[in-house]
Amino acid sequence: MASDARVLARLAGPLAGFLSRGIGRWIALALLFAAMAAAPFVLGEYATVILTNALLYVVLALGLNVVVGYAGLLDLGYAAFFAVGAYTVGILTLRAGMNFWLTLPAAVAVAAVAGVVVGGPTLRLRSDYLAIVTLGFGEIVRITARNLPITGMASGLSGIRQPWLFGWHIATPRDFYYVFCVLATAAAIVSARLSDSRLGRAWLYVRYDEDAAEAMGIDRVRVKLAAYVTGAIIGAIGGAFFAVNLGAISPPSFSFSQSVSILMAVILGGMGKIPGVILGAMIVVLGPELLRSLGEFRLLVFAIGLLLIMLFRPSGLWPGRSHAK
Amino acid sequence: MTEPLLHLAGIGLSFAGNTVLQDVSFAVQEGRVASLIGPNGAGKTSLFNCITGFYRPRAGRISFAGQDLRRLKPHRITAAGIARTFQNLRLFREMTVLENVMSGMHCRTRAGAIGAILRLASQRREEEEIRAVAHECLAFVGVADERDRIATTLPYGHQRRVEIARALATRPRLLLLDEPAAGLNGGEKRELIGLIRSIRDQRAITILLIEHDTGLVMRVSERVSVLDHGQMIAEGTPREIQTDPRVIEAYLGSDEDADALL
Repeated sequence: MASDARVLARLAGPLAGFLSRGIGRWIALALLFAAMAAAPFVLGEYATVILTNALLYVVLALGLNVVVGYAGLLDLGYAAFFAVGAYTVGILTLRAGMNFWLTLPAAVAVAAVAGVVVGGPTLRLRSDYLAIVTLGFGEIVRITARNLPITGMASGLSGIRQPWLFGWHIATPRDFYYVFCVLATAAAIVSARLSDSRLGRAWLYVRYDEDAAEAMGIDRVRVKLAAYVTGAIIGAIGGAFFAVNLGAISPPSFSFSQSVSILMAVILGGMGKIPGVILGAMIVVLGPELLRSLGEFRLLVFAIGLLLIMLFRPSGLWPGRSHAK
Repeated sequence: MTEPLLHLAGIGLSFAGNTVLQDVSFAVQEGRVASLIGPNGAGKTSLFNCITGFYRPRAGRISFAGQDLRRLKPHRITAAGIARTFQNLRLFREMTVLENVMSGMHCRTRAGAIGAILRLASQRREEEEIRAVAHECLAFVGVADERDRIATTLPYGHQRRVEIARALATRPRLLLLDEPAAGLNGGEKRELIGLIRSIRDQRAITILLIEHDTGLVMRVSERVSVLDHGQMIAEGTPREIQTDPRVIEAYLGSDEDADALL
């Protein structure tokens, strides 16, 4: 009996810890979803629009995180895929009169093809070339959009109609807020599932040691391309919903600084860590808004804040995957 | 004589005009433990890198189980059945021992992004299999207890074993070990000899090793080849090699101690 009690006591500690971790996690998630659902009613329309933008950034940052955080590829032109998604939807709905939901697979396909065309040749080279090529690609997409009649030149496309979903007209800021809640949640689930998979591990293997990964039978070019194209598709989906949300798109939305902002969200929270990247996206969008009372100094203060974070937590705000050094 | 598992003929390799390997020919019969020895800088690791596709020899033929390996990328060669370890430990940092070994199963499995995102039944089965194989390989080399630790925090000798387990997880027919005894103490070396023999005997894997510890080489291998200045200067049983005047000359002519052979 005494020994039974000891065994029980030994088991109870970790077991209780496990249960509370499990239950605690579910409670935290439930509270988070409740807060997300209630936010538009509590905070009003202006805040809802800002939060929608933050959620768009969460989607984009999670997409870029697959490329930068998981596969370790520096992409400086991620906004190009965001643009590809937005313009594909804009052109097909306006010029071809297609239903938004039918243009969505087209946006995904165009982004995937663009990803293969840009990544295919470049990913054979080592590391830094990709940064240069993606930087160029980002600018090419934006400048092309600025100069082609089909993309509406500098003034862009406007009058993109808001979609219907089974009799629900997605029209108000609150409607779009919920749509982006779903998108951000989906992006987080997709990221989590990818990271815990054969492909997700392969990204880490290649990132940590390309030669050892090759020696283990991993095709580094193919694995990197998979990351690049996955990121491209997520970016394009974000862009597609961005287009119908605003109803109008123009080249400045897809500038180099947009690419940098998304990259900043990924690095700030902690590359490769899903909660960290979400936090980073929130900070990048909400930070300047919360500092609005500082007037013209707000971006200066925000920049100093970012510098301090990088100085004191160079690997991002969210704690790392392991404590080992 | 049966067709050898690995056959190299007339391999030549040079970097920027410097000849690293010159007309190297040699063969490994299936089921053998073969060794490649030679003074520092003789070109042993370069030869490994030619076999595994990391270097492109400018001349010669490499065939493995009847398949031409030249022009194949390293990952294709691994898929064809040749696994390797590295002279300097090359474990994936920040990943656990088990995750490291799971990398070996990559080329034996198929699930991609769609399978992972949708958590298809086939993908889940495959993940189970990857874990099971990785665990079995870890148990085989004797470090299963440490599977959840970060691999690079393990003691040196155990990291070497994890590297071997990782190579075994690719299900090779031929295992190339690049200085597996480097940095090991006497007891660990004896265990390594046992491990090498059990890999060959229990898993039917042919082994080719590069090693500086000639004592270990003489004890574990059935065939020994000697490389010096990029040329194959001798080949034979350990006993023949120990008494070969060219080999003694090669070792005397270098910084290393000729007594090491005896």
